[in-house]
Amino acid sequence: MRKILLVETKLHLRQWPTMVFTIGLPLALLLALGSIPDLSAPDPAMGGQRFIDTQLPAQMTLLAVLTLACTVLPAVLVTYREQGVLRRMSTTPVPRGRLLAAQLIINLAIGTVSVVLLVVVGNLVRGVAIPKQLPGFALVFLLGSAALLALGLVIASVAPSGKSAPGIGSVVMFPLMFVAGMWIPREVMPDALRVVSDYSVAGPFAQALRDTWAGHAPQPLHLVVMAAGLLVFGGIAIRLFRWE
Amino acid sequence: MKVIEVRNVHKRYPNHVAVDDVSFEVSDGEIFGILGPNGAGKTTTVECVAGLRTPDRGTVRVAGIDPQQDRDALRRVLGAQLQSAALPDKLKVWEALDLYASFYPDPADWSELIERVGLGGKREERFGELSGGQRQRLSIALALVGRPRVAVLDELTTGLDPQARRDTWQLIEQVRDSGVTIVLVTHFMEEAERLCDRVALIDAGRVVATDTPAGLIAQVGGAQRLRFRPTAPFSDDLLLALPEVSEVARSGEQVVVTGTGDLATSVMLTLARHEVVPADLRIEQATLDDAFLALTGRKLS
Repeated sequence: MRKILLVETKLHLRQWPTMVFTIGLPLALLLALGSIPDLSAPDPAMGGQRFIDTQLPAQMTLLAVLTLACTVLPAVLVTYREQGVLRRMSTTPVPRGRLLAAQLIINLAIGTVSVVLLVVVGNLVRGVAIPKQLPGFALVFLLGSAALLALGLVIASVAPSGKSAPGIGSVVMFPLMFVAGMWIPREVMPDALRVVSDYSVAGPFAQALRDTWAGHAPQPLHLVVMAAGLLVFGGIAIRLFRWE
Repeated sequence: MKVIEVRNVHKRYPNHVAVDDVSFEVSDGEIFGILGPNGAGKTTTVECVAGLRTPDRGTVRVAGIDPQQDRDALRRVLGAQLQSAALPDKLKVWEALDLYASFYPDPADWSELIERVGLGGKREERFGELSGGQRQRLSIALALVGRPRVAVLDELTTGLDPQARRDTWQLIEQVRDSGVTIVLVTHFMEEAERLCDRVALIDAGRVVATDTPAGLIAQVGGAQRLRFRPTAPFSDDLLLALPEVSEVARSGEQVVVTGTGDLATSVMLTLARHEVVPADLRIEQATLDDAFLALTGRKLS
């Protein structure tokens, strides 16, 4: 398992433009949007919070995780299936689930690097506070990322080819970003949309990140929805994943 | 001793029967060929042997192991190079071997294996940069890294240029000499004739015949043909009197003699006795292609 992890990590690093994009885009957006004076002023619509306090960094964290889950992970796995990498591995004594596990761990690690950079750079350059409920924040991050990566496995299961995987990923990713409040903060959403958001896994993820960032406990409903997402997507992926 | 036993294997896919009824046995240390046209069911057959597919009927045993019952044990004795099974483009040669070696309890020394398959100078090369022949060599090395008793090689030389193909054949013979039993799937008649100790001819999901390449050719009569341009005139009856000769035909200056057995020797001796020299002599022997044609009524390729 150590060797699979090592090799897959090397392969990811050799795809460095993808990594730079995945980690760099949310970071660049945080820095750029964080420099807009209006967004660093208290906003009554957000209960007096500044846009850059929790909304912006939480959405950028979500962006990084969704990029990994909806495009990076499915692209790698579908290409592996297409090229017969999974098939070849099936002829060896290694349990083939190990490769999937390695991919999940690596993507979780990349997501972690990304969120640590967002927190640290946001704090140093834009004065964004370090998440005040740090253990809760870490837990929410891991749970939400795991649930969305499981969704990525479902995309990898149904995508017919390596070329179609990123397209399907985008079709899933943009509506999720929308309901999670990327463009309309959840505070100003119409009630009906916020209900949809509450059950969209990505919405609970973003809100729970914001809650813990501000020092509050995450809402139980949001934790339950994320855990349910992990179980449901994980179950579907196990049933549907094709090795060739 | 039988290393592989396949009995009455039948496998159907949703829309068609891939393998109708296939049986064969492979002895320890031989190169066993599975030869047939595209779509004959060769790959499905070896996938059943390699435990990647479950036959609908019939039994498979590899070194006494039932591939369906004990996949782990099977994978320790059987290495496979499958058709269209690539590696990530950015994976280096040594990394691939190092990785695959880590999958086995008692792997071969992979740095020695790299030399053996002739990739010593390519250790740092990435898979995507290798030529077709080099990729196949790496594939063979990966199939061998677990020290298997049996190696299944599927369509190994398809798409290779003639030189790379001959190099690969040589490598396969070396592997066999090191004691590994080889199952070679191919649709190249020449490859089977050159490499295989025994061949199963497969057509439309059934084994048409199993024998040595020479035996298969002999089964269909083993006709030979001599073509030459005689330097002096002679009568056809001279050759027709020979027991080996069945037919003498002339077209222009050229004489074509068809027959069996030790045809060339007896025709040459007779001509020499009558001071006729066969110029531009060519000997055409029946091939596995002819055997396949005679057995199935269809051409191999």
